[in-house]
Amino acid sequence: MLSIKNLHASIGDKEILKGINLEVKAGEIHAIMGPNGAGKSTLASIIAGNENYEVTEGEITLDGEDLSELAPEERAHKGVFLSFQYPVEIPGVSVTNFMRTAINETRKANGLEEMPANQMLKVIREKSELLEIDRKFLSRSLNEGFSGGEKKRNEIFQMAMLEPKLAILDETDSGLDIDALRIVANGVNKLKSDKNAIVVITHYQRLLDYIVPDFVHVLLNGKIVKSGDASLALELEEKGYDWIKQEQEA
Amino acid sequence: MDLKEKLLSSFMAFEERIDVHSELHDVRTSAIKNFEDKGFPTKKEESWKYTSLNAILKNDFTVFSKKENAIEFNHVKKYFLHEIDTYKVVFIDGVFSSHLSATTHEGIDVCLMSSALTKPKYKMVIDAYFNQIANKDDSLTSLNTAFAMEGAYIHIPKSKVADKPIEIMYFSTGNEAALLVQPRNLVIVGENSHVQIIERHQSLNENPVLTNSVTEIFAQKRAIVDFYKIQNDTLEANLIDNTYVSQKQESHVSVHTFSFGGNLTRNNLNFYHFGERLTSTLNGITIIGEKQHVDHYTLVKHSTPNCESFQDYKGIYSDRSTGVFNGKVYVEKEAQKTNAFQKSNNILLSDKATINAKPQLEIFADDVKCSHGCTVGQLDETALFYMQQRGIPKKEAKALLMYAFSNAVIENIKIPELKQRITKIIATKLGVKMGFDL
Repeated sequence: MLSIKNLHASIGDKEILKGINLEVKAGEIHAIMGPNGAGKSTLASIIAGNENYEVTEGEITLDGEDLSELAPEERAHKGVFLSFQYPVEIPGVSVTNFMRTAINETRKANGLEEMPANQMLKVIREKSELLEIDRKFLSRSLNEGFSGGEKKRNEIFQMAMLEPKLAILDETDSGLDIDALRIVANGVNKLKSDKNAIVVITHYQRLLDYIVPDFVHVLLNGKIVKSGDASLALELEEKGYDWIKQEQEA
Repeated sequence: MDLKEKLLSSFMAFEERIDVHSELHDVRTSAIKNFEDKGFPTKKEESWKYTSLNAILKNDFTVFSKKENAIEFNHVKKYFLHEIDTYKVVFIDGVFSSHLSATTHEGIDVCLMSSALTKPKYKMVIDAYFNQIANKDDSLTSLNTAFAMEGAYIHIPKSKVADKPIEIMYFSTGNEAALLVQPRNLVIVGENSHVQIIERHQSLNENPVLTNSVTEIFAQKRAIVDFYKIQNDTLEANLIDNTYVSQKQESHVSVHTFSFGGNLTRNNLNFYHFGERLTSTLNGITIIGEKQHVDHYTLVKHSTPNCESFQDYKGIYSDRSTGVFNGKVYVEKEAQKTNAFQKSNNILLSDKATINAKPQLEIFADDVKCSHGCTVGQLDETALFYMQQRGIPKKEAKALLMYAFSNAVIENIKIPELKQRITKIIATKLGVKMGFDL
């Protein structure tokens, strides 16, 4: 589904990604781990089309289609979803209205009619129950005054609404207490199918107890330096990243 | 003959049509004298540093329209808040249109300034209020006073709630090549009374218009006045709005400006306090482009203890448009426990757009809370990316962000239909269809 080949990217003069290769197939969950500043969030942003970064080499394709010339919204319309590490507050626009706009723009781009209001309400009700979100919450301004946990839960709610092909969860576990973590992970697992794929970006093993990855990749200094199965995450949790650094230097 | 000379000679012609043996005439003559001495303001004056009238004053303005000026309601219906029932005081090229108006004398007076100024039964009220709060030193206000004749006269007696909003509408037909109009409004709201007023100036074609308007508002004890000014005129329309507000204790007066159009718009908003525990609210949204210019010049004079004032101005400027915000808060020594807040947030969408923002606080009391904040920036790129990531195209995302930016002021609109209308105008200005209920 997602294929990244020799991806190099920089911001200004600073090269952040130095040749990333990653293959994600439908039905798979991948975890990308690594220390601060390794380039994890940059990778997520670039897949989603953030124009602040310049791709200097390599390519990203989704189901064989090159994404490089597509605007962020066009990528979204093709099924790319990024759960933000820091969701943005938008005063005056309610969660419901924001979702309605997002869904109908996506439908429009895919040649579909707008979703009828009653169906929209039904879907909103279903998905908010999945994330254990109070109805009142939905009429509040998007992310405004939300706690860290509420913001993250709201991100996954949006993912549930948009049903993306490829979901990238950037540090979704940060700022979550154990109950919220369980709710969010449970939501993600219910959304998981053999048609979609999930890339989880995280520092810690904690989230991976709930969302069990098929593959774990270690991102260090702009490169994926080690890949393995779920047991690699446990090893990292136990031993930190230094041993991989030493392995690299050796 | 330049416009000033033309006006001075027009005043002599005007005197032949009015009662020159009245106290009112003394007011007029000293006003025209002040205008003669001072003339039109120039950029040399501190308060007009960023706004020039020069180019506008070169037009050969007609001072009194002589042309036929009837208009059909259907042609102008869209400018009214036609979804709801309202009182209407409507003028066409400065002349009252009984055909388009819906005035009343039942319990409240919503009628004509010209009647109030000339009929004996209004004399006591006119003597007590007319030109009492307007700044007699200001040349443009004086010019208006000298020629004051037509406008809206609104008098809500003690303990009355105006049962529906009042629309004051000034149309310019463009039948004259260039027209100067000088509306004069007087609003008196009695103790415990409440009124909502919407004022709009609208040109119906592209001929230049200069409006020099003066509105005096008197809010008695515990009166509530919500005043909305819709400024969404043509690119040849120029508006100088001089609004003076006098407030007594526990009254609440709010003036909202929605400046979306016009060649030049200058809002001089002046609030004076004559009682304790009162609140003044000044809100504005400016969204302009091309070479449009909008200038807000506000003054809140805190003279009494325990009063509050809130100013919140949002501006979005594109193309070569220019904005000015000059907000003056004056806290006198007696005005202890004053709360005065002022905010001016601006977004520049083009490299060629400019904003001059100048907060001025003069505080002579020592136990007060005053704050001011001015920001000038661009749209938040991170927020744009966030919305695009959810599938909302950049143009719509920008519009949504600008809407969100103006939202605090939109939320303050107390008439739901007006709120909808303003939102619609904003959507049109931003070039999008807002795909949700606002």
